[in-house]
Amino acid sequence: MQRSFIARNPSVLIFLGILAVFTLGATILSEGFGIGLISTSMIKTLGKTLCLCLIAIAMDLVWGYCGILSLGHFAFFGLGGYMIGMWLMYARTENIILTSLAQAPIPPTDDEIRSAIGNQIFGVVGGSDFPLIWAFADSLTIQLVLVVLVPGLLALVFGWLAFRSRVTGVYLSILTQAMTLALSLYLFQNDSGLRGNNGLSGLQNIPGAKGVPQSIISIWFLWASAIALALGYILAAWMMSGKFGSVIRGIRDDEARVRFLGYSVETYKLVIFTVTAIIAAIAGALYYPQAGIINPAEIAPIASIYLAVWVAIGGRGRIYGAVIGAALVSLLSTWFTGGQAPSIPLGFYTIHWVDWWQVLLGVTFVLVTLFAPQGIGGAIDRLVRKGTQL
Amino acid sequence: MKTARFSFLLGLSLLLMALLVPQPIQAQTIQDILQEHEEIIAKGSRRTIQPAIDALRDSGLPEAQRVMELWQDKALWQRKDDKQFFLTEPLEGRTLQLIDLISGQPVGTAEKSDLKQIKPNSGVRGLIGAALVQFQLMDPDPLTRRDSLIAIQRDPKPTHLPALRGAIDGETDPDLKALKERLERLLTITYGETDAKRITAIESFAGDLGVDARAALNPILTTTRVAVTEASDVNIARQLTPGQNDFTADDAYALLIAENLAYPAISNDEKRLALVANVVDGQVAGFAVETLNTYEARDQAYSALAAEGLVPADVTRAAQQKALQRHEFYDVYNEPSQSVTDAARGTLQAIETRVGLNQTADLALDGLSLASIYFLAAIGLAITFGVMGVINMAHGEFIMMGAYTGYVVQLFIPDYTLSIIAALPLAFAITFAAGVAMERTVIRWLYHRPLETLLATFGISIALQQLAKNIFGTQARPLTAPGWLDGAWVINDVVSISYIRIAIFVLALIFFALLLFILKRTRLGLEVRAVTQNPKMAASMGINTDKINMLTFGLGSGIAGIAGVAIGLFAQVTANLGSGYIVQSFMTVVVGGVGNIWGTLAGATMIGSLQKIIEFFNPSNTLAAQTYMVIFIIIFIQFRPRGIIALRGRAAGD
Repeated sequence: MQRSFIARNPSVLIFLGILAVFTLGATILSEGFGIGLISTSMIKTLGKTLCLCLIAIAMDLVWGYCGILSLGHFAFFGLGGYMIGMWLMYARTENIILTSLAQAPIPPTDDEIRSAIGNQIFGVVGGSDFPLIWAFADSLTIQLVLVVLVPGLLALVFGWLAFRSRVTGVYLSILTQAMTLALSLYLFQNDSGLRGNNGLSGLQNIPGAKGVPQSIISIWFLWASAIALALGYILAAWMMSGKFGSVIRGIRDDEARVRFLGYSVETYKLVIFTVTAIIAAIAGALYYPQAGIINPAEIAPIASIYLAVWVAIGGRGRIYGAVIGAALVSLLSTWFTGGQAPSIPLGFYTIHWVDWWQVLLGVTFVLVTLFAPQGIGGAIDRLVRKGTQL
Repeated sequence: MKTARFSFLLGLSLLLMALLVPQPIQAQTIQDILQEHEEIIAKGSRRTIQPAIDALRDSGLPEAQRVMELWQDKALWQRKDDKQFFLTEPLEGRTLQLIDLISGQPVGTAEKSDLKQIKPNSGVRGLIGAALVQFQLMDPDPLTRRDSLIAIQRDPKPTHLPALRGAIDGETDPDLKALKERLERLLTITYGETDAKRITAIESFAGDLGVDARAALNPILTTTRVAVTEASDVNIARQLTPGQNDFTADDAYALLIAENLAYPAISNDEKRLALVANVVDGQVAGFAVETLNTYEARDQAYSALAAEGLVPADVTRAAQQKALQRHEFYDVYNEPSQSVTDAARGTLQAIETRVGLNQTADLALDGLSLASIYFLAAIGLAITFGVMGVINMAHGEFIMMGAYTGYVVQLFIPDYTLSIIAALPLAFAITFAAGVAMERTVIRWLYHRPLETLLATFGISIALQQLAKNIFGTQARPLTAPGWLDGAWVINDVVSISYIRIAIFVLALIFFALLLFILKRTRLGLEVRAVTQNPKMAASMGINTDKINMLTFGLGSGIAGIAGVAIGLFAQVTANLGSGYIVQSFMTVVVGGVGNIWGTLAGATMIGSLQKIIEFFNPSNTLAAQTYMVIFIIIFIQFRPRGIIALRGRAAGD
C-alpha cells in the first residue's frame, strides 16, 4: 500500500527531498545555527512562506480538486492565528505582570493578577475585563485544540448550510466572500473581545522561551512550518490519490452525475471544506507567531482572493502547483513591494516597482487565466511528459 | 370694533392726563421722566428701581433705549445742585464737558466734584437689560427682532418672559409673531408664574415635534437621587429598592456616603496600602506577608490591625446592610409641583409617540436613499451577471472610473452644474468603452469558465486600482456637488433628507425605467433576453450573440460609470471607492435574484432598508450593523438560494 501510494504520487518524494534540502540549507546559512548568511528576518519570511504554501495546498484541494472556489479560507487561516495568538499574548503578559508584581510588598491575589493582565491586554480598547472567549487563554493545550476546533466548526456549519441548499459556483464564491467580510468586520469592532483593529501583537515572543534569541526561535518555527507543510502535502496527496480523491474530482467535473451515481455529494464537499479549513487554521497558527502581529485586516476578503491567485498561477489540481504558486508569488510580492527591486528608468518616466507591482500582478494574472489555465504546474507537467517520452 | 374702543379709551386717558398735568404730554422729555424718578435712580436699589425703568420703557420716546443703555453702561452723570442728568466728556483737569441727553450738544462745563456719576449695581443693570430686551424685540428692523428672539431661545432667563409678552401684541410680521408666541409658551413652561399657567403651556406642546419643546420639557423631569430616613414632602418620581433594577446595594451605599449618612467601607486597594504601611519584620499584625495573597487573609490581617487601633475599622457587609435598611431611597423631581411634572410627563409621552412615528418615516427615507445607491451600484452588475452569467470583479473599478471622470471634468469645467451634466454622459462613454474592451479582450474567451472569469476580472480590478493610485495619488479627490444640491429637504425637526440623496433616488428611478424600457420594448432588449434564455437557440435564430454580449457588457459597465459620478458626489473619490461597493453589489444581485431588474430593485430595497434598520437599533456601531447584515444575507440565501425574484423554467438553468 505504502509503495503504491508513493508510486502513484512520485511528486511526494521529490517534494519532501527538496523541502528537506531547503530547510537544512536555510538552517545552515542562518544566523541562529549556522554561518549567518541569511538574516533572521529572512528566515522568518521563509518560514511564513512555508505556511502560505500549506494554506495554498488547502485551497488547491478545495478549488483545484473539488471545484469550490472558496474566498473564505484566509478567514480560517486568520482564526487559527487568533486562537494561538490569544495564548501567546495572555501567557506573555502574565509573565510580565508576575515579574512586576513580584516586587510588591504583599503578594498579589489571583484577582489582582487577572485584572492587571486584563488591563494590560484590553487597555488599548478601553476595557479591562476578560471577554468570555478568553476563558481558556491561559491553557496552551486548550488553545491548540481551539486552533482546530473553532475554524473547523465554522467551516462545518457554514458548509452544511451552503451545500445543503445547493449553493454552487459563483454564488458559493460570493457567499464565502460574504462570510469572510462579516468575520473581518466583526473583528474590527472594539468590543469583539479581540482588541478590534489593534489585533493581537507581540506574538513573536514565545512564553517560556525567555532568553532564547529570535534567531533561534525563527529556526524552530521554520522547522515546525516545514514539518507541517510536509505532513500537509502527504495528507493531501494521500487523500486525493484514493477513492475519496476520485469522487472529489468527479464532483468538480460533473456534480450532477456523481450525485446520480449515488454518492452523497454534500457530505464529500463538507468533508473537504472542513478538512481544508483545519489545514488553513494550522497554517495560520504557525504563521502568526512568525509575523508577530495579527489584525482583522489580514482576514479581509482580498487576502482570500490573492490565495486563489497564487493557486491559479501555480497550477490548479496539482499539489506541487499550489506550493510553487504560493512560494513564488508571495516571495516575489515581498521582493517587489519591499522596495528591493531595482527601478526601471524609461527616460520620461521611472517605473518604481512598489507602484507597479500590483499592475504587473494583475495583468500577469489575466494572462495566466487566458493563456495558461494550467499555470506553472501545467508547464512542469508538459516538460515531465516530454522527458518520459524521450 | 375692539380697536375702536381701545383708541377711544386711549384718547380719553390722554385727555385726562392732559388735564391733570400742567404741561402738554407731547412736551414731556426724557429728562422729565428721569427727573420724576430722580430719587430712586440716584439711590440705585434693585428693590425700588422698577418704576423708573418701567416709565422709561413705556415712555415711547425715541431716545429712551439709548438712555437706558447709557444708564446701564454707567455713562449718566447728575448735577448735584439741580439734579439734572447729563452725559460727560473729560476736559483738562477735573473739569468735565456736559452733553445734553437728547441733542448730544455740549451744554456747558462742570467740576467733577459738582457731579455725581450714576453707577447702577449688577442687580439694577440686570433689570435694565431685561427692559432693553423688549426694545430689541420691538425694534423696527425685523432682523434685529429675530436675532434677539434667537438669543433668548439660546439662553432663556425669567426676566425675558414679561418683555416677550409685552412685545407680542405690537408684532406685525406674522412669522415673527408666531415665533414670539411659541417662545412665550416655551418660557412659560419653565418660568410661568403659576402652576396652572405652566401646565397650560406644557399641554399646548402635546405632539409638537420641535427639539426646543423637548428641551424645555425634559429639565422638568430631571431627578435627583436621595436617601432619607423618612419620606418628606417632596415630589417623588419613584422609590428605589437597593439590589433591584440597576440600583445595586453598592450604589445605595455610595449614596449614603455621599450624603454623609454612612462611613465609607475600606476598599480592597486601600486595605492593601494599609497593610503595606504596617509591615513589620515580614509580618502584618502577626500574619506572615506571604500568606496575604487572598482577600480573606487580608481582611483578617486588616481586622487585627483595626483591633490594635492602627487603622480605621472597616464597615462590614452586615453593617452596610443595616445602614441600607435604615434608609429609604428615592428619585426626586427637581421640580416641586407634582401636577407640573405629571403634565410634562404626559405631554412628553405624546411627543415621543409622534417622534417615534416620524423617526420611522425618516428611517424609511434613509433606507430608500441607501437602496437607490445600492441599486445604482448593482444594476450594471445585475445586467452582466444576470444576463451573461459573468462575475465582473472589476465592476467596482468601473464605478471608481466614473467618479474620477467626474473629478477630471470638474478640473476643466469650473461650473459645478455644467460639469455634472457633462460628466454623466462622459462617464458612461468611458466606462462603456472600457467594458467593451474588457469583454473583447478577456471575458469572451472565458464564457464557459465562470470561476475563471471571476479571477481574471479580479486581476483587472487590482491592476486598475493600482493604476488609479499611480495616476491620481492615494489622497481623496473632491467631486463637488453643484450648489443647488447642497442642503436638505426638512419636513420637520425629525424627518429630513438631503437633496443629493433625492437626486440619486431620482437618478436610480430614471435608470430603472430606462433599463426596463430597453429590455422590454426595444429590439436590443429582445435579443438580450433571447441570449439570456438560450444563447445557442438565439444564435440559430440569427441573433449575433457576440455583438449582444459586447453591448450588454458595455451597457452594464456604462451604468457603473454613472453610478460612480453619483457616489462620488457624497463619498470621497479614492482608488478604493469601488471595492467598498463590490461586495454589497453582489449581495444585492444575489439576494434580489439574478437576471431580473425587478429582482435587483427588490434586493437593493431590502438590503438598504435592512442596513438602516440595524443601524437604527445600534447607531454607535456601523461595523456591527454590516456584520449582522452579511450574516442575515447568508441565512437568507439558505431559504431562497435563487433570490427574492427567481427565474423559473429554462431561464433558470445554470
